[in-house]
Amino acid sequence: MRRPLPPRRRGPTVDSVYRVVLASAAAVVFVIVALIVVEVAHGSMPSIRALGFGFLIQTQWDPVADHYGALPYLYGTLVSSILALILAVPLGLGSAVFLAELAKGKVAATVSFVMELLAAIPSIVYGIWGFFVLAPFLRTVLEPWLIANFGYLPLFRGTPFGIGMLNAGIVLAIMIVPTIVSISREVLLAIPRSLREGSLALGATRAEAIGITLDAAKPGILGSIVLALGRALGETMAVTMVIGNTNRISASLLDPSATMASVIANEFTEATGALYLSALIQIALVLFAVTIVVNALARGLVWLTTGGRRDIAAAA
Amino acid sequence: MKATRILAAALIAAALTGCTGGGKAPSVGLTGAGATFPYPIYSKWFEMYHESTGVQINYQSIGSGGGIQQLKAGTVDFGASDAPLNDEKLAEMPHPVLHIPTVAGAVVLAYNLPELTQPLQLTPQALAGIFMGTVKTWNDPAIQAANPGVVLPATAVLAVHRSDGSGTSNIFTTYLSAVSPDWKTKVGANTSVAWPAGVGAKGNEGVTGQVKQTPGSIGYVELAYAKQNSLATAKLQNSSGAFIEPSLASTTAAIRASAQALAADVRAPTVDAAGPDAYPIAALTFILVYEDQKDAAKGKEIANFLHWAIHQGQDEVEALQYARLPAEIVTVDEASIAKLTSGGKPLAAR
Amino acid sequence: MTPAAEAMTPPAWVDRTPRAVQLWRAALNKIVLGACILAAGLVVLPLVLIVGYLVANGLAGLNLAFFTHMPKPVGEPGGGMANAIVGTLLVVGVAAAMALPLGISAGVYLAEYGRGRFATLVRYTTDVLSGVPSIVVGVVAYGLVVVPMGRFSGFAGSVALTILMLPPIIRATEEMVRLVPQSYRQAALALGAPRWKTTQQIVLPAARAGIVTASMLAVARAAGETAPLLFTALGNRFWSLRMDQPIATLPVFIYDYAKAPYTDWNRQAWTGALVLVLLVTLISLALRLTVRRVRDR
Repeated sequence: MRRPLPPRRRGPTVDSVYRVVLASAAAVVFVIVALIVVEVAHGSMPSIRALGFGFLIQTQWDPVADHYGALPYLYGTLVSSILALILAVPLGLGSAVFLAELAKGKVAATVSFVMELLAAIPSIVYGIWGFFVLAPFLRTVLEPWLIANFGYLPLFRGTPFGIGMLNAGIVLAIMIVPTIVSISREVLLAIPRSLREGSLALGATRAEAIGITLDAAKPGILGSIVLALGRALGETMAVTMVIGNTNRISASLLDPSATMASVIANEFTEATGALYLSALIQIALVLFAVTIVVNALARGLVWLTTGGRRDIAAAA
Repeated sequence: MKATRILAAALIAAALTGCTGGGKAPSVGLTGAGATFPYPIYSKWFEMYHESTGVQINYQSIGSGGGIQQLKAGTVDFGASDAPLNDEKLAEMPHPVLHIPTVAGAVVLAYNLPELTQPLQLTPQALAGIFMGTVKTWNDPAIQAANPGVVLPATAVLAVHRSDGSGTSNIFTTYLSAVSPDWKTKVGANTSVAWPAGVGAKGNEGVTGQVKQTPGSIGYVELAYAKQNSLATAKLQNSSGAFIEPSLASTTAAIRASAQALAADVRAPTVDAAGPDAYPIAALTFILVYEDQKDAAKGKEIANFLHWAIHQGQDEVEALQYARLPAEIVTVDEASIAKLTSGGKPLAAR
Repeated sequence: MTPAAEAMTPPAWVDRTPRAVQLWRAALNKIVLGACILAAGLVVLPLVLIVGYLVANGLAGLNLAFFTHMPKPVGEPGGGMANAIVGTLLVVGVAAAMALPLGISAGVYLAEYGRGRFATLVRYTTDVLSGVPSIVVGVVAYGLVVVPMGRFSGFAGSVALTILMLPPIIRATEEMVRLVPQSYRQAALALGAPRWKTTQQIVLPAARAGIVTASMLAVARAAGETAPLLFTALGNRFWSLRMDQPIATLPVFIYDYAKAPYTDWNRQAWTGALVLVLLVTLISLALRLTVRRVRDR
């Protein structure tokens, strides 16, 4: 004789409690992001009230006179990141194509492995490599060569310090290449094989077939580039060690500079004066806002190409 | 999973028991932060003091600006700064602050010119020109004039300044403002200024490191850093016209010349001191503490340490190229230390 | 015309005879393929250079003294980074202890109950959180922990690292739990197990290997972070295991020693960097390979 089912429990069941507990853990991310926003916004209030956001276009950062202009740091951040992209995108895309289309088995595995390793190296290690290894090379070999051969361009004028915008751009490029490679590769692999095969069947060369695949993968690849940009914008330690920490805007890549992240890292603990500290937090606010927007844009683009497949987006 | 847990537990146990550390168990721990200028001697002092009394004093050299700020925020027990707080800044601190000079040092111009066989000589004007960016090459007439007969290279001068809020910068820019009206109007003196030229490095350590790595560079650092790293130091022309080499003797001479002014107010500037043997850029460095200590036990330890520093500690300073405090200053310090109280009750020193 | 197609079109000076166009296309093909191979080669080069110099400069100092001795005063040669290594283990350990339960629970929620607006919002917010620069997290941790506590502390550093660890742990857990076949859940439910028991005792153990390995990846990455520790844990020249006081950590020590002018310190910085890289990359590698295998199964 079948036992009758137990009467339906009213009120909280173990199941519902379990679900609520898990949901609360999930809700913690809201709390954290809210705390970040509140903390950063609240901390910038004195500076916003005193200087407004016009401080983004002022050039004098003068803690003595209590006058703060963040344009040099914005400039440094943008230029170093764009320089990094210019160097990293061709290499990254080429490698992604190589991995997705051209390489077989062991070779693909090795290059992939190398990308993983590069991505896992901590930023401080890039920093000391840039400072002790790349800087002397730039100072003694590359920068004098650039000055000698391209010195007529404002980009390559100045004294070869070894550290500066160029060094930061190169180090950043190495740091963001793995991002571009891994996402672009996944994106390319997500494009249906039929597109390539169809092109080849119609007599296209391999390069042309690759070109067609790239066109189809455009949003995703663009997304990987934008995501790499997001990483470069927020990068702190490696840049702080090699960029020269000077708050001047200069057209030359050989000159030292500073980024939003590096000025916060350098001056935060010593910001005497409420306005000084607040100005630094305002920079953090701007950095936060910019990286949020850039990352959101990137993820949107990647999502478009991969059709919302989270496992590919997770490679980001 | 189990294996990882056991491994983790073993690691923690090993960490807690197994390592050779400073022998004694810490009684009271103090945290201080600030100037990189005296860091070499402070770090020696704290190690010695720990060996003899067991008190751990953890000092982080984040720059004078950092020391002042963290003292203000209340996150450290004492701050260290080469830049004394002027009356305005003093008023901004939440409670009254005592300035306790601990050692005297010299801000020297360390340079990297391997081709020179004898020390570089610099006039104040040439120096100001280098850091203003008007003197761009080493064989500029301004520098050449002070170095007759020396072959100076035609390479670029790479000036290195501090990127952080620095008491050393304060001393240096105070000096430049005193000797160069141009500098005074265009740049001024403070812990952090808008440097017209050169590259920035963090801390005395950073500037030393940068100069060491970069041929053709010149930077201002505390004497101990230049000496410890075998960097050449420039002879600077003082107010009497003589080119003085930075040394223990010339630093002491400079401080002695300002002794009277210092006895009145320890924050008096000591740069460009009078006297034929005085080095032009010598200065005291200070430990900053609140007059009224929240924590009586910590306050007592601070008082004890400060007393040790201005007496027994002074025996160590000359080995590291810092100048001993003149007797007049020691007396002033003793009076300041006696002012330390906690909740109104004075903290008697040892 | 699409960019790639336009790039492939022969320029005007090529005759439009079939033969000329054919040659052009063939040449372009070789160039493009060659360029891709060159790119892949160039991208491998930095790794060789970085790891090469790391090993060359850091290996010499890698001895027992480095792990067991305390740092010496400024300018004196010798000493080690014992306190920094232990400090890193402590700070990262506490951070992991906070982040793992939160992150895994959140990931399980998203995988098991994650259909609907709340879950989508959580996913979006996690993505937002993952993009926050580590220096900003450090600034926030300073305001949230250091200032109210009245001092720098290892705990503040742990809070900063927890924030950095959460997004990858959540994402990885969700992915791993999703991979568990539905048949497991259905069988358990069919046998009368309540939902929570199914998740807790059937799904989670099945996903455990993947979750552990992928989460440890996030933890290992956080161990290498320097910026958020600069104004939270600060640093400590002494041996200290207290989380409510400033504590020495390996990345910050590397930073300080690298900037310093003392050659001996610079050498120690390289060795410290080597130790850090070994710590982070060995774990990352081993885990990545395991995860791939789990995923491909």
